Amino acid sequence: MDFTFNEEQTLIQDQVDQFVQKEYDWETRQSLSNSDLGFGESNWQKFAELGWLGISVSEDSGGFGGSAIESMLIMEAFGKGLVVEPFLETMIMAGSLIDDHGSDEQKSSILEPAISGEMHLALAYAEPQSRFNLSDVVTEAKSEGENYILNGYKSVVMNGPSANKIIISARTSSSQLDENGITLFIVDSDSKGLSKTNYKTVDGRRASDLTIENVSVSKDNIIGNLDSGFEILDSAIDKAILAISAEAVGAMEVLYKTTVEYTKTREQFGTPIGKFQVLQHRMVDMFMEYEQCKSLLYMATMKHEEGASDAKKAISGLKYQVGKAGKFIGQQAVQLHGGMGVTDELNVGHYFKRLTTVGTIFGNTDYHLKKYTSL
Amino acid sequence: MDLKFSEADVTFREEVVNFLETEYPDDIKEKQDKRIPLEKDEIVRWQQILNKKGWFAINWPTDYTNQEELSVTQKYILQEELAKANTPTTIPFGVGMCAPVVYTFGTDEQKEKFLPSILNSEVWWCQGYSEPGSGSDLASLKTKAELKEDKYIVNGAKTWTTLAQHADWIFCLVRTETTDIKQEGISFLLIDMKTPGIEVKPIITIDGSHEVNMVYFDNVEVPAENLVGEQGQGWNIAKFLLAHERSGIAGIAALKRELSRLKDLSSDIPLGEGTLLEDVQFRNKIEETEIELTATEFTELRTLAAMSQGGSPGAESSILKIKGTELQQTISELFVEMLAYYAHPFYLENEIGTNETVGPDYAAPVMPHYLNYRKVSIYGGSNEIQRNVISKAILGL
Repeated sequence: MDFTFNEEQTLIQDQVDQFVQKEYDWETRQSLSNSDLGFGESNWQKFAELGWLGISVSEDSGGFGGSAIESMLIMEAFGKGLVVEPFLETMIMAGSLIDDHGSDEQKSSILEPAISGEMHLALAYAEPQSRFNLSDVVTEAKSEGENYILNGYKSVVMNGPSANKIIISARTSSSQLDENGITLFIVDSDSKGLSKTNYKTVDGRRASDLTIENVSVSKDNIIGNLDSGFEILDSAIDKAILAISAEAVGAMEVLYKTTVEYTKTREQFGTPIGKFQVLQHRMVDMFMEYEQCKSLLYMATMKHEEGASDAKKAISGLKYQVGKAGKFIGQQAVQLHGGMGVTDELNVGHYFKRLTTVGTIFGNTDYHLKKYTSL
Repeated sequence: MDLKFSEADVTFREEVVNFLETEYPDDIKEKQDKRIPLEKDEIVRWQQILNKKGWFAINWPTDYTNQEELSVTQKYILQEELAKANTPTTIPFGVGMCAPVVYTFGTDEQKEKFLPSILNSEVWWCQGYSEPGSGSDLASLKTKAELKEDKYIVNGAKTWTTLAQHADWIFCLVRTETTDIKQEGISFLLIDMKTPGIEVKPIITIDGSHEVNMVYFDNVEVPAENLVGEQGQGWNIAKFLLAHERSGIAGIAALKRELSRLKDLSSDIPLGEGTLLEDVQFRNKIEETEIELTATEFTELRTLAAMSQGGSPGAESSILKIKGTELQQTISELFVEMLAYYAHPFYLENEIGTNETVGPDYAAPVMPHYLNYRKVSIYGGSNEIQRNVISKAILGL
C-alpha cells in the first residue's frame, strides 16, 4: 500500500500547480472563458511544449508513456484553477480512445498532431434520447462501397466548436439500445453534411450539437472493429470519469478553503461568522466530503491502473460520490458566502457551476448508483 | 375540522377561472408559458388588470382600495388559481411592503401621496435594506441620514436592491443616530430615485441576469416629510414588515404547478424502454417533494386559520420561509436533473425563447432558474437566521 507519487509525478504536479497559480489567475481565466475561442491557444501550445498533452499517451503512440495517475494530477491542478483548456475532451476522451484502440495510421495522423497541440478532438456519444446510456444510439451508419454513410444527431458535444476531428458513435447493426452493433467513426469536422450548432455552456466552456446528414466516412476511419464500438467507448468514458473526478476534487478543495477563509473575515453581529457553530459544522462536512472524494479517486484510479476486476464498480462509486459531494460543497460554498456567492463577479459561483455540470457529465448520481448496484 | 369548500367559495373559484379565461392577455401568457422574462410594462399591465377587478391589493384595509374585502379562503383560492394559470408574480415592493408601512405608520399626507400610485402600479418601489457590511445582521447598517433643517442628507450604499433599475422610489432603513444599541438609531425613509446623488450600478448574478443592484447615496437631500413614523422607529417598522412579508400561498401554489409540470415533462422523456417518470429513483424524489409540499401547504393553512381568528403571524412565518425556499430549490434542481446534458447549454435572458437554442424547447431557462434560486435560502433573512428565530422564539432556547 503506497499513496505517494514518484519523482516524475511529483514534478509534473508541481509544474501544473505553478502554472495555475502564476499564469491562471481569476481574471485571466474569465477573459479566456469569455473569448470567442473559449480558451487560450497559447496555453494549449504551452501544454504541448511542456509535454502535458502526451503525458499519459503510450510511447508506441508517440506519447510519454505515463499512466492515469499523471492525468489525475494534471486534472486535479486544473480543477483548482477552473482551467477551461479542453485537455479532458481532446486528450482523455478522444485521445486515450485512439491510443488504446486506434490503428497505426490513426495514431500517426491524429494522435501525434494532438500531442503536439496542432489538432483538437471531441467525442460525440450523447443523443437527445440517450441521457447517459452509451448504448442508446439512433445515429446510423450504412455501408456503401468503401464508405459508410452517417445520418443522425449528437447532443452537447464538449469541445465541439474547436475540434478538427470528431469521434462519432453510430449504429451499424442491432436495435437502438443494444450494446452490440455500435461502431466508432472518426469524422472530419468540415465533412460535407456535418453541421455544428455551437454554444457556450454554463460552466464557461464550449460545446456543439451535431446534425449529421449523409456524411460519407471511409472504412479506414473506423476505430477498432465494426459493431464493437461500445466497449471501446465505455472504457474511454471510464478514463474520462477518473479525469473529471480529479478536476472536481481540485475544485472542491478550492471551494471549501475559500469558504473557510471568507467566514474568518466576514463579520456579522460583531463576530466573524466562522465562529458560529452551525457554520463550523457545515464547513467540517464540506471538508469531509472533499476528503472522501479524494479517497475514492485514489482508490478507483489505482484499481483502474491495475486492471482490477472491480475497477468499473469503483469508478461508478467514485462518480456517485463526486456528484453528491460536488452538489453539497458547491451549494454550501454559495450559501456561506451569502449574496456574494451568487454574483458573477466572485469565483465561487463559477466553481459551483462547474461542479454542477461535472455532476451530470458521464452520468449523474442516480445513474451511477444504479450502475454500481448492477456491477 | 372540515376540508371542504363552501358553495360560495366554489362559485368564487369559478369566477376567478372565468376572469382568467377572458382577462389574462394572450401575449403575456405566451411569454410566461415559455418562461421568457417579462418587460416592466407587461408586469404593470397585468397588475392593472388585477387591480381593476379588485384582486391586486387584497391584503390592504378596504378604506384605501374602495374594493370588496376577500375572506381568507377567497384569498387562498384566488392566489391558487392565479399561480395555476402561471400568471406573472406581482412585484411585492410597493403593494406588499411599502404600502403596509405607509398605511400603518404613515401620516394622512403620506397615505394620500403614495398609496394611490402603488395601487394602480404607476409608481414602482424598491427596497433599501441590505448593505455591503450588513446582511444577516441588518441592524448594523451604516447608511447615514442627518437632519439639516427640513432635509435629511443621506450618504451610504445599499446592496442586493432588486429591480432598482426600474424603480421610481426606494424605501430605506437609514441610521439617524449612533447609539449603543444599534437597533435604536434606525429610521424609515422614502426617497425619490430621481434625486441628485443617487447612482444605481447593476450586479450580474451567476445565472447571467441583471436583477439586483448596488445603490449609492452621495449627499442625497430628502425632505424631512418623507420620514415614516418617528425618527428612530425604523427597526420596529422593519420587524413589522418582516412578519408581514408573506407571499406564502402564491409560492406554494406555484410550486404545485411546477411539480406537476415536472411530472408531465418527465413522462415524455424516454429512459431505456420506459420514461424518466417511471424510473424509481427519479419518481421517489418527486414523491418525497410532493409530500413535503403538501405538509408545507397545510402548515400554511393552519397559520392562516389562526390569523383569521385574531392571531398574529410570528415565528411561524420562519417555518414557511425555510420550507418554502427549500422546496423551491429542490424542484429547480429536479428540473436540471430531468434535462441531463441539455441543462448545460447556456443562454442569456434575451436569447431564451428564440430559435437559436438547442434541446427541448423548455430547456433554456431551467439552469438559470436553478442558479438564480440559490438566492432564496440567503435573502429575506438567511435560512440559518430563520432557524435561530425559531429556536429562540418558539423553542425558547
